[in-house]
Amino acid sequence: MKNISLPVYNEKITALIGPSGCGKSTFLRCFNRMHDLYPDNRYGGEIRLFPDDVNLLSPDVDPIEVRMRVSMVFQKPNPFPKSIFENAAYGLRVRGMNKKAELEEKVETALINAALWNEVKDRLQEPAFNLSGGQQQRLCIARALAIEPELVLFDEPTSALDPIATASIEELMLELKEKVSILIVTHNMQQAARVSDYTAFLYLGEVIEYDETKKIFTNPEKKQTEDYITGRFG
Amino acid sequence: MEREHTIKQYDIELREIREQLLEMGGKVEMMISDAMKSLVERDTALAEATIAYDHQINRMEVEIDEKCLQVLARRQPAARDLRFITLALKIVTDLERIGDQCRNIAKHTLHLNKEPVLKPYIDLPRMAVAAATMVREALDAFVRGDAELALKVCGDDTFVDQLNSQIQRELLTYMMADPTTITRAIRVNAVAKCLERVADHATNVAEMVIFMVKGKDIRHTA
Amino acid sequence: MNLPDTQSIIRRQRLYEQLFIILGIVALLVALLTLLALFTRLAIDGMPRLTPDFFTSFPSRFAERAGILSAWVGSFLVMFVTACAAIPLGVSAGIYLEEYAPKNRWTAIIEINVMNLAGIPSIVYGLLALGLFVQIFGFGQSILSAGLTLALLILPIIIVSTREALRGIPGGIREAAYALGATRWQVVSDHLLPYSSGGVLTGVIIGLSRAIGETAPIITIGALTFIAFLPTSPFMAEFPFISFKWVLDPFTVMPIQMFNWTSRPEEAFQYNAAAAGVVLLAMTLLMNGIAIWLRYRIRKTIKWQAAPLQQRRQRNRSCPFHNPQQPHRNSKRKHASSTFITALFMP
Repeated sequence: MKNISLPVYNEKITALIGPSGCGKSTFLRCFNRMHDLYPDNRYGGEIRLFPDDVNLLSPDVDPIEVRMRVSMVFQKPNPFPKSIFENAAYGLRVRGMNKKAELEEKVETALINAALWNEVKDRLQEPAFNLSGGQQQRLCIARALAIEPELVLFDEPTSALDPIATASIEELMLELKEKVSILIVTHNMQQAARVSDYTAFLYLGEVIEYDETKKIFTNPEKKQTEDYITGRFG
Repeated sequence: MEREHTIKQYDIELREIREQLLEMGGKVEMMISDAMKSLVERDTALAEATIAYDHQINRMEVEIDEKCLQVLARRQPAARDLRFITLALKIVTDLERIGDQCRNIAKHTLHLNKEPVLKPYIDLPRMAVAAATMVREALDAFVRGDAELALKVCGDDTFVDQLNSQIQRELLTYMMADPTTITRAIRVNAVAKCLERVADHATNVAEMVIFMVKGKDIRHTA
Repeated sequence: MNLPDTQSIIRRQRLYEQLFIILGIVALLVALLTLLALFTRLAIDGMPRLTPDFFTSFPSRFAERAGILSAWVGSFLVMFVTACAAIPLGVSAGIYLEEYAPKNRWTAIIEINVMNLAGIPSIVYGLLALGLFVQIFGFGQSILSAGLTLALLILPIIIVSTREALRGIPGGIREAAYALGATRWQVVSDHLLPYSSGGVLTGVIIGLSRAIGETAPIITIGALTFIAFLPTSPFMAEFPFISFKWVLDPFTVMPIQMFNWTSRPEEAFQYNAAAAGVVLLAMTLLMNGIAIWLRYRIRKTIKWQAAPLQQRRQRNRSCPFHNPQQPHRNSKRKHASSTFITALFMP
């Protein structure tokens, strides 16, 4: 990656678009230090998280702490093969929370925020795999929300879902942005246009253009951006 | 050089819309000169043909509208393509109105041809030529994405407005001098008004071209 | 496309398919029937001797009075020690190699050597045990030495099956757990161990059922062939109520007892050996059966894929295309048996 510098605003949705292999997911995974899990990776530069202005990439900062403030939803829904309740509660258990009442309250809040509570409230002990694809993804979102993060990362969250499930997840993101900041990577440009407030167009590891979404999609500054958006790329 | 879309059919569809718009513009230009010719040469047959010709213009409006809708539905155009399609839809409306104005001119001509000539027509043909040029240049600007040409068209509107005022003053003196000329003068005035409106529609097209090219909306400003 | 041509091609392909199916069935039958013949022979010879006395008597010079008490108790105790040694070592090693070890040259060398261990002849293990456990460590010719030797023998099996089981867990689960802020140990203990327990258990039981029949290393470390006593009982009357003195006692195991009997000239002892063989076979089948049953149970609780579509439709009552005519009972039974069969063949 080369010289990426862009802001991620509070309580807004920022989208990263660009052709495959341009580094969007790689960049996204820096935010919660996922690259630490694999050998031979090195971070350069800083990611500063406000209000306390801490550099998330600093070797002095424990990746576990970073992941407790920045959570992630993946491309393919990956709930644990446990019950629905346990899935949502896992992030809390990891922090040592195990009082039943407290867990139940937080799990309920998370499931309500993920627009899943009404569908699962009377079958919380059932295996998570009994849910449909869209419901599983919402469960993963609930799991990510239960720990009350400051920033939620979405890595192509709907590319494995059908259009109806996709629409419900997009609607969910629009509701969520009032509570958390969202950074989403998508290769579906129309999704970025529908959902995000700010869009960054990445190509070959660089930010070609970053601006408000409505400007990028009606009148972008750079020709490369326009070519990509209008389908003249490649 | 504008790059082509990855999907070739998309390029073909946009090109078809562009060509049909130009064709419509050409037909409309012809209507303006035919309408004026029928007035100056007192050619009733030509006037009636011009009135009938408006149907073709209307049909083209429907066709181009349909093509644009298809592109909107199927291609989800963005940025420059989106501006092109939405403005093509508006330009088609303006061209159709120009066609309507030409039909109105021809209708007035039918009435005027039944009565003796009021005075030699000098300024009206000049207005018609100016208006037709404006229409042609506005469409050229649209197709080529030439903002400078479009700006020139916006400026040319002043000339047409001046000619219109001049004709009005002249007709006023005729009407005050001789009341029997009033009906003919009013019709001639109406023809001038139609031409002035044609020029206004051409100006609209030019302003939209500037918006498409520059991304800046200069409509409804000074 | 010439229709008669394609039809003759299809016909020929179908013919090959039928031939292959017949070949497969024949091969299967040959193998099964041979096994069946051997077992029947064993059973015919041995069944008459399978009386309760057989299980509760010690070996004796008189064939009619000889029994396998010391042998099966010995086998059981040796398996117990083997399990206690091999399971923690093997599973931990498997977890370490799969999750913690960095992927460099040294780890690759270790991995290759672990695979090689599986191919070493068992008698070499016996020699190693003789030198290391019996003499250097001074455990003597005891259950402890035998258990440790067999543990070494089956260690590669357990390590490999642990690693395979861990690899079978989709990477998305790991990433999801880490992304929630879990430490590596939390990921291992909360997720990886529970989900892989099926595979691990399978590996353990396969290893144990191999160990139960190993004769060469036990002979090498000197299990005695004529033991007319049991090792010291683990249960005592007074505190601390559990004794471990039995690990250092001399012992014998089932294969050795059989070997001893078959080398006697009297024909009666051959029948004893056959009976013992039946018992040994039964023990092995029992262990494998337990493995299969455990896998089946675990497979029911940990589902990687969603339940078959029939069952999901039933559950998803909000689905507008729900077909109320589906008989609930039938689908459940079908699901159960298919799970059982897959449990048989897949770890």
